[in-house]
Amino acid sequence: MNASQMQALMPILMLSLTAVVLMIQASIKRDQKLAWIISAVGFVCALWATAYARNFTQPVTILLQVDSWSLFFSALILFAALVTLVLSRQSFSPEGERKEEYYLLLVLSVLGAVVLIQSSHMVTLLLGMELMGVALYAMIAFPEKGLLPLEAAIKYLVLSACASVILLFGFALLYAATGQLSYAGLGEQATIAYLSNPLLVMAGTAMVISGIAFKLSVVPFHMWTPDVYQGAPTPVTGFLATVSKGAVFVALTRLYMDAQLYQYPPLITALSIVAIASMLIGNLLALRQEDIKRLLAYSSIAHFGYLLVVLIALTGSGMASDAVTFYLAAYILTSLAAFTVIARVAGEDPKKTQLGAFEGLFWRDRIQATALTVAMLSFAGIPLTAGFMAKFYVISLSIQGSYWFLLSALIIGSAIAIYYYLRIIFSMSKASVGDGIVDGQKQDYSANLTALLLTAMILILGSWPQPFIAFAGGL
Amino acid sequence: MLMINLILILLVGGIAALISQRFGDHIPRKVALAVVVFDLLYLLFALTAMPELETLQAPLPSDPQSWLMHYSAEWIPAFGIRIELAVDGLSLLMVLLTLILGAVAVSASWTDVQVRRGFFEANLLWTLAGVLGVFMAMDLFLFFLFWEVMLIPMYFMIAIWGHENRAYAAMKFFIFTQVSGLLMLVSILALVAVYQSNTGIWTFSYFDLLNTQMAEQTAFWLMLGFFVAFVVKLPGFPFHTWLPDAHTQAPTAGSVILAGVLLKTGAYGLIRFAVPLFPQASMEFAPIALWLGAAGVVYGAVLAFGQTDFKRLIAYSSVSHMGFVLLGVYAWNALALQGAVMQMVAHGFSTAALFMIAGSLQERLHTRDMREMGGLWQNMPRMGAVAMFFVVASLGLPGLGNFVAEFLVLLGLFQTDRWLTVIAALGLITGAAYSLLLMQRSFQGEPDKTRQLADFNSREMLTMAVMMIALIGLGLYPQPVLDIAAPVVESLLRFSTTVTGGPL
Repeated sequence: MNASQMQALMPILMLSLTAVVLMIQASIKRDQKLAWIISAVGFVCALWATAYARNFTQPVTILLQVDSWSLFFSALILFAALVTLVLSRQSFSPEGERKEEYYLLLVLSVLGAVVLIQSSHMVTLLLGMELMGVALYAMIAFPEKGLLPLEAAIKYLVLSACASVILLFGFALLYAATGQLSYAGLGEQATIAYLSNPLLVMAGTAMVISGIAFKLSVVPFHMWTPDVYQGAPTPVTGFLATVSKGAVFVALTRLYMDAQLYQYPPLITALSIVAIASMLIGNLLALRQEDIKRLLAYSSIAHFGYLLVVLIALTGSGMASDAVTFYLAAYILTSLAAFTVIARVAGEDPKKTQLGAFEGLFWRDRIQATALTVAMLSFAGIPLTAGFMAKFYVISLSIQGSYWFLLSALIIGSAIAIYYYLRIIFSMSKASVGDGIVDGQKQDYSANLTALLLTAMILILGSWPQPFIAFAGGL
Repeated sequence: MLMINLILILLVGGIAALISQRFGDHIPRKVALAVVVFDLLYLLFALTAMPELETLQAPLPSDPQSWLMHYSAEWIPAFGIRIELAVDGLSLLMVLLTLILGAVAVSASWTDVQVRRGFFEANLLWTLAGVLGVFMAMDLFLFFLFWEVMLIPMYFMIAIWGHENRAYAAMKFFIFTQVSGLLMLVSILALVAVYQSNTGIWTFSYFDLLNTQMAEQTAFWLMLGFFVAFVVKLPGFPFHTWLPDAHTQAPTAGSVILAGVLLKTGAYGLIRFAVPLFPQASMEFAPIALWLGAAGVVYGAVLAFGQTDFKRLIAYSSVSHMGFVLLGVYAWNALALQGAVMQMVAHGFSTAALFMIAGSLQERLHTRDMREMGGLWQNMPRMGAVAMFFVVASLGLPGLGNFVAEFLVLLGLFQTDRWLTVIAALGLITGAAYSLLLMQRSFQGEPDKTRQLADFNSREMLTMAVMMIALIGLGLYPQPVLDIAAPVVESLLRFSTTVTGGPL
């Protein structure tokens, strides 16, 4: 390894350093505020490092691929982590309780996500995914009180472990067929192996993709999502929805492209079925939810269905990789905005995540209500929001590639989705009992600032997307 | 820049109205009125400075320079999306109608809206801004943007200030329009993709896309996407079911905007986009569209006859009247198109006025049920006379605007399809029946002596006078409106004839 490779690894190194510093700090002086500051500084440094590493893009050994595309997503993930950190300060602030470990877990999980994004080899894929996942189990179960977080964590742990086993078995099958574990090597050898033994290659890929699909919670691997979303502390739910799912999708895209999985028609068919099922079932199940976190869980299933459409269309046109970039960015920003508001309004009270608790929010807390409205409109794909431009990409791609079945599922799904997004907006506009009275919670400037910042980003991305499109095109 | 300013004034005015509530509960409505009137005067002043208006030439649909006004600026060059606005006679009429009815709507909200007035007036102004955008946008992406975005403030107007069943009505309104809009988006993107594969250029400009060459089958499906979106908004049979709910539940000002202006965006879209972009496919589809139009005329009238809710009756009468627009557009000859344009304007005024009367009744009686009314003329003679005027206008009394419109449509339609004309003319008879029934049940009959009701005050009379003058003007001397619309109609007809090689 030479110096320039180390420079390319700066973001990962920065995050590792932060983790080490946090551990040392815990052994010297246990202090929650200090731990928070160290993590924040660490994330900011890592964010800077992603910009720094752009001058040194290269494959770092066979395991990691540092290029501007993965660096952009690392930066996006780090931004999401920073937002999570800001939200966590509210949820995990009670003085006198020892919560420093939470920040360590957060940093480790982000480290796993960044490794996952930059992976170009099955080993780093698994390593990143496990590092991210194991830290997440603990983060989900972190509130000591209540059964819901515990249930969520156990559910996620057991099912995740199963998924990892399937993923590993898939690796083994692919290795048996091709003798390769790096994406690029797999791409070369799998085509040859496919001719002699198609079943083995297909079984291997199917298992790998199933393992990944579990983390993305697309149908039929979606059962865990609503319970985990509901049970986890709100900032952690936001983290799971953005960082974890986003990083896994980037890794899937990388694998799909580098290992040239688009060559195999059976796989495309299977992915199409998964995408269609996710769009329809995700949206249908979201209809009757009364808990906003469960509702967003089902809506995220549908959104990853839309994203799979982009993946399927990836070979069709040069616009497609921009589409992944744009859609993921829009999805992550919108989800962050939504969870920021939920964290602020509901706190950690499970009763307050019911839709009823949002009644009259417009008249109680204008900033938070506006942010949630914009987020819902963005999810629904209404113009002037980032979500619309994202949907614009998906529809354009499926028209250009003539994927009419996917397109009709997308339209039916979006049509259903409008109903439940509007329900949230409507309940906020209702007049409630506490109308006109600002509730007892003290003004939280950091939450308001975060909500405003994210809202502005969603609107700018939707109304003036040209700079970002140009930037994404250059990645 | 004039066109952008028109929209910006309303957008900024909305924010001003929102903020002005801090200075007093009655300030927002004054701000809103000032903004709309200022916008209208600004447009009229700019028009007098424009020499073209006297010598309106037939604008070529495909040449933006021949239009009355044209503005274009880069927006998202990656996809060839531009901020392109243009106005010809048709757009101009619609813009004027929007601004006049906008002022009427502010007046309708004067005492009707009691809570959160600042936010209400803001939503009203933002809806108007969106509608102006729809009537002026010539970039299909921009058009779609305005088309969708204007829904949101309208949704809020129904959902927050609506009547007892507002949640259902607002949701239905939004979903119907949004889903049909999604189909239109697919059509737009597919049209652009076809153009791109023909020429290699990304563009959303109306002027470029007009002459896109494509397979017959493709053209038909794309046309259908546009058609459904516009007919839902119009609303045409069988996509009209959202309308009675939305109209009935909306606050008065919302109903005025909805019936007076929003429905016209659908008609405008048919004339501007659906037919010219796909002339061949539209020609083949015309018989079906005509039957839908005739069905709407009769079905709307029959349903209106059976209503007991004052607002619901007017809502169904809108379905019937908008059927004439559909007939006029798809008969596609000069007379019928002129009639359709005339109907858009005249119906805007007559229905807006009727909804205002319905709103005033609800404000005074706290019911819209006609079975609980009766003899109101005795209680409120001024309101009774005004209502009589607009009811006969709506049933098509000669001498008022609606008569001219329906007569022209039927005359034009007669050249295309005689039997359909006979069926559509039935709508006139049923129209007379339900209109007079409305009058009888609510204003005539045995008065309730115990009622103490305030008659129309001077503000309400002034608002009504504006619309009365407009309708009488349209009825007795329709030539100015016909003159403004004529060049557009002629050029559209000429354009579609050159493309299809024959009349539609």
